[in-house]
Amino acid sequence: MTDASDGATNLAPLSVSDLAGALKRTIEDRFGYVRVRGEISGFRGPHSSGHCYFSLKDQNARIDAVIWKPVYARMKVRPEEGVEVIATRRITTFPGKSAYQIIIDQIELAGLGALMALLEKRRQALAAEGLFDAARKRPLPFLPAVVGVVTSPTGAVIRDILHRLADRFPRRVLVWPVRVQGEGSAQEVAAAIAGFNALGAAGGPPRPDVLIVARGGGSLEDLWGFNEEIVVRAAAESAIPLISAVGHETDTTLIDLAADIRAPTPTAAAELAVPVRLDLLRQIGELGARGVGALIRLAAQRRRERDAAARLFDSRADILAPRRQALDGALDRWELAASRDGMRRRDRLGTAVALLETHRPVEELRRRREALASLGRRLEARAPEAARLRERLAGYGERLRAGFVSATRLSRQRRAQDLARAGERLAAALRGLGETRRARLAAAGQMLDSLSYERVLARGYAVVWEGRRPLRRAGDVRPGAAVTLQFADGRVAATAGDRQGGAGEEASRPLAGPPPRAASPRRPRKPEPGPAGQGDLF
Amino acid sequence: MAAPTPVSELSFEAAMKELDAIVARLEKGAVELDESIALYERGSKLKARCDALLKDAEARIERIRLGADGNPTGTAPLDKE
Repeated sequence: MTDASDGATNLAPLSVSDLAGALKRTIEDRFGYVRVRGEISGFRGPHSSGHCYFSLKDQNARIDAVIWKPVYARMKVRPEEGVEVIATRRITTFPGKSAYQIIIDQIELAGLGALMALLEKRRQALAAEGLFDAARKRPLPFLPAVVGVVTSPTGAVIRDILHRLADRFPRRVLVWPVRVQGEGSAQEVAAAIAGFNALGAAGGPPRPDVLIVARGGGSLEDLWGFNEEIVVRAAAESAIPLISAVGHETDTTLIDLAADIRAPTPTAAAELAVPVRLDLLRQIGELGARGVGALIRLAAQRRRERDAAARLFDSRADILAPRRQALDGALDRWELAASRDGMRRRDRLGTAVALLETHRPVEELRRRREALASLGRRLEARAPEAARLRERLAGYGERLRAGFVSATRLSRQRRAQDLARAGERLAAALRGLGETRRARLAAAGQMLDSLSYERVLARGYAVVWEGRRPLRRAGDVRPGAAVTLQFADGRVAATAGDRQGGAGEEASRPLAGPPPRAASPRRPRKPEPGPAGQGDLF
Repeated sequence: MAAPTPVSELSFEAAMKELDAIVARLEKGAVELDESIALYERGSKLKARCDALLKDAEARIERIRLGADGNPTGTAPLDKE
């Protein structure tokens, strides 16, 4: 085949179309059904026509890929840029362009790494929207009346949930049946969550107080529906607190992040949803008993306090007792007196009433009026007699007046004479009385004169005074005492000497040797008022 | 506790919480006698409320029936296998 003149030259040449057609048949027969693994590249979403055009590539090769519109619409896993997938279907060629491409019917995610990468990518996108924020989490109700469960109506999961609910606290449970795996499961789960939230219309099923979205364990692919954005958004938007329980504890799906709380298993979800009834009954019972006990203790305490107060009060009452007794006695007496007084008054009233009855005032008045009338009549009958009497009386009166006038005149003269006579007798008597008295007074004066000691002095005697005391006897004179000698014509001071001789010469003999001072003439003194008020007489 | 909520309107949790608080006050003993009686009466009502809520413990399992449009049309008993 190096030379056109060689033996192969008899081979008839093919037209381009023949060759292209032959290649097309060969390729499409040989690769009518393939599974190819590669990374999605150049995916920009569906074209405006609804078809999708992109590439699958690996390190060294690239192949164009197409997803027709109706196929794309029902795809479970859809192409996403950079995701490694296994695409299935056939290879087709374009003879006009010397090109070939793969027509994809189905895409599967290629391996765990790819899934995880996709999951992480989606998680980040939804987290950036805030769907997983802690602030969105709502607390679960303590005791829900209705529990809504979104899960498959058959299988172990719903049984586990119902058993555990019954064990803890039997409740009304509404199960919203969904497919939990495969195409369309995500849409059903999302619709169930939204549907439960929309319940509560009158007559319809009640709106649950808490939701459980549950699925048993499975592969990442099995659980994939719970990673779908539609489910995650429905869970995040649920106004009813939502518990997610998808897969086993080690599996994490995006709905777990959007749920208000994640339960590791469906059974655990039931435990989170309701409290244990028996625990609560016991707690309430204990609280009730404690309340009763506290009240009893409180009452006992109050009673003790009251008793103590009462004892204190009683001791006071002892002090008060005599007074209270006195008060009681006084009250008794008062009541007795009051009742006696009452009786007395009643008696008096009775008497008064009786008296009143005997003295009917109207009757009395009538009687008196009659008496008055009869008196009037009698008076009228006596009128002439009265006139006569009046005349006689007038005559008496006249005579009486005349008599009185003459009698008066007579007695007045007589009295004047009597008075004059009496005056004369009185004057004479007074005169006589005056003379008699004057004579008696003169005699008394003479008598008095003759008895006066000064008369005695005039006869030559002297009185010895010590101060204002007259010395009557020699024994009264203290030797050396200053004395005064009173003579009729004056006084002389002297000093008493020693006592001498008998009683007779002492009074009459003048005192010898008066001191020069005493001998000097002294101004005559008015005699000092003597004892016993003798001077008063003068 | 100003203007206490009627006991019949309280949730189990609220009723139990208040009951707990009342018992604690009574146990402290620092309340007047008439107040303690009022507290106790309120407490017994709360306990009765709690008991009633706990007594209502009947399991009733239903399944949402869905119409052709995917909307619920009612409920049916869930046939458990």
